[in-house]
Amino acid sequence: MRVEQISVFLENKAGRLAEVTRILSEAGVNIRALSLADTSDFGILRLIVNDNEKAKEALKANGFTVGKTDVVAVEVEDRPGGLHKILDILRKAGINVEYMYAFVQQSGNNAVIIFRFDNLDEAVRVLTENGVTVINGSRVYSM
Amino acid sequence: MIYDMEYETLPREALEAIQLRRLQNTLQRVYATVPFYKKRFDEVGFKPADLRTLEDLRRVPFTTKQDLRDNYPYGLFAVPMENVVRIHASSGTTGKPTVVGYTARDIETWATLMARSLSAAGATRGDIIHNAYGYGLFTGGLGVHYGAEKLGASVIPISGGNTKRQIMIMKDFGATILTCTPSYALHLAEVAQEMGVDFKDLKFKSGLFGAEPWSEKMREEIEKKLHLDAVDIYGLSEVIGPGVAVECLEAKAGLHIFEDHFIAEIIDPATGEVLPPGSVGELVFTSITKEAFPVIRYRTRDITSLNPEPCVCGRTFVRMNRVSGRSDDMLIIRGVNVFPSQIESVLMEIQGVEPHYQLIVDREGNLDMLTVLVEVGESAFSDKVKTLQDLEKVITKNIKEYLGISAKVKLVEPKTIARSEGKAVRVIDNRKL
Repeated sequence: MRVEQISVFLENKAGRLAEVTRILSEAGVNIRALSLADTSDFGILRLIVNDNEKAKEALKANGFTVGKTDVVAVEVEDRPGGLHKILDILRKAGINVEYMYAFVQQSGNNAVIIFRFDNLDEAVRVLTENGVTVINGSRVYSM
Repeated sequence: MIYDMEYETLPREALEAIQLRRLQNTLQRVYATVPFYKKRFDEVGFKPADLRTLEDLRRVPFTTKQDLRDNYPYGLFAVPMENVVRIHASSGTTGKPTVVGYTARDIETWATLMARSLSAAGATRGDIIHNAYGYGLFTGGLGVHYGAEKLGASVIPISGGNTKRQIMIMKDFGATILTCTPSYALHLAEVAQEMGVDFKDLKFKSGLFGAEPWSEKMREEIEKKLHLDAVDIYGLSEVIGPGVAVECLEAKAGLHIFEDHFIAEIIDPATGEVLPPGSVGELVFTSITKEAFPVIRYRTRDITSLNPEPCVCGRTFVRMNRVSGRSDDMLIIRGVNVFPSQIESVLMEIQGVEPHYQLIVDREGNLDMLTVLVEVGESAFSDKVKTLQDLEKVITKNIKEYLGISAKVKLVEPKTIARSEGKAVRVIDNRKL
């Protein structure tokens, strides 16, 4: 039920993001989803790609600091209140969302949101118990 | 004004006779009371009785900052602790400071040297001295303080910080002499301007500035902005504190070393060989009157040269030129001594942080700003912004705690810190002095 995400440390200066996309493009890696968190000095690029190992190797070979984290991909009904329903389940269970971002592709008629939790197993258990569809990694990479 | 007419204008021959006698006494005393010096002298087969001329001092081994560190805290004291009345310390390279002690007579000597220094800058007993050097373990504040009292002037022990209040006080109290670091003097000028206070309307006539390197250009700026004569003072706690050497108001061209208390030499920092007069090299001091903490051929790491030419002021003491650099990697940031290795040990203590760093020193406005770039490797990296921001905060806090200076910490990508010939460039000093 886990999805592997890679994260890349970026200095906040021109051209760094383009450098990452260049490396991934040359390595033939397809970006499935991404989010960029930034401060005035640095940024953290989080990526879901079709080939984690290849992406990680290519980035590291080019001197980037790369991390790996497990996240959860959740199906969200594509209608008003869809996301709220999920967040409400998490709130009631006292589960904190570290960060989240949207997936480009839809899963059927549903949107897909990537969640980062501190306690991933607990979050997955609560979500599935409440009838929410959690998409497994292999499906996410090839969506 | 010459405070100590007899000693400060001694004919060279008489001065050298006094130096020789005092040096012989000092060497005999340290040999008998400080095991470190006895061992060092024995290693090269030197006996204090062998010293017959001042040139013989060349046979005596050097003392380094590392020796002081190795004997932390009191190992080099030459008197029992019950005779020590004061302890000061300067920042060390690995968190441990360098400790120095004073007997009552040492304090008296130091006060006299500072009274001489203040006099050289034009101070008299009628003056009010605004002393903005820091009070505490640092020798600056108390050094000036005792000298001012010795001179009979009125001293305002304002210490550092709280600049707006300082400006109100110097104005209201009618201070006539300013003592602080040169960069703080310029900072005062800037803040005064913001407050609508014009130094023209204050009563300052001169200032004694030291504890960090500065330049003729800064002197011009200080004199113009603060409407006073800016005089340079030199000292280091290992030797006694401020008051080792001072410029005279008359010439403002080089600092007279108080040679009746300290013998200065210029050496080649690589070979240790004594260089002929006028050569540029590392300044070495031997104290010849100190009781509690004598230093023998102490290597200051300051690069300068000595000028034996007679001076218009009448002092016969040799003059040292402005310190032009260091023979080690020490930085002086807002008057605080900082070694890159100190930053390195702070970083090493933090979980996950690798010692890949660079120090960038800038002067913003008139204050030194230290930026510490730290490369983020995999062990310190996180996908969460907060974790990395917390890391920046911990590094900032630890630098402040261990070194006493505020730094801006910036996380950077690996391998972004310039390496020249495979060796990382640890320091980029952008200050134009």
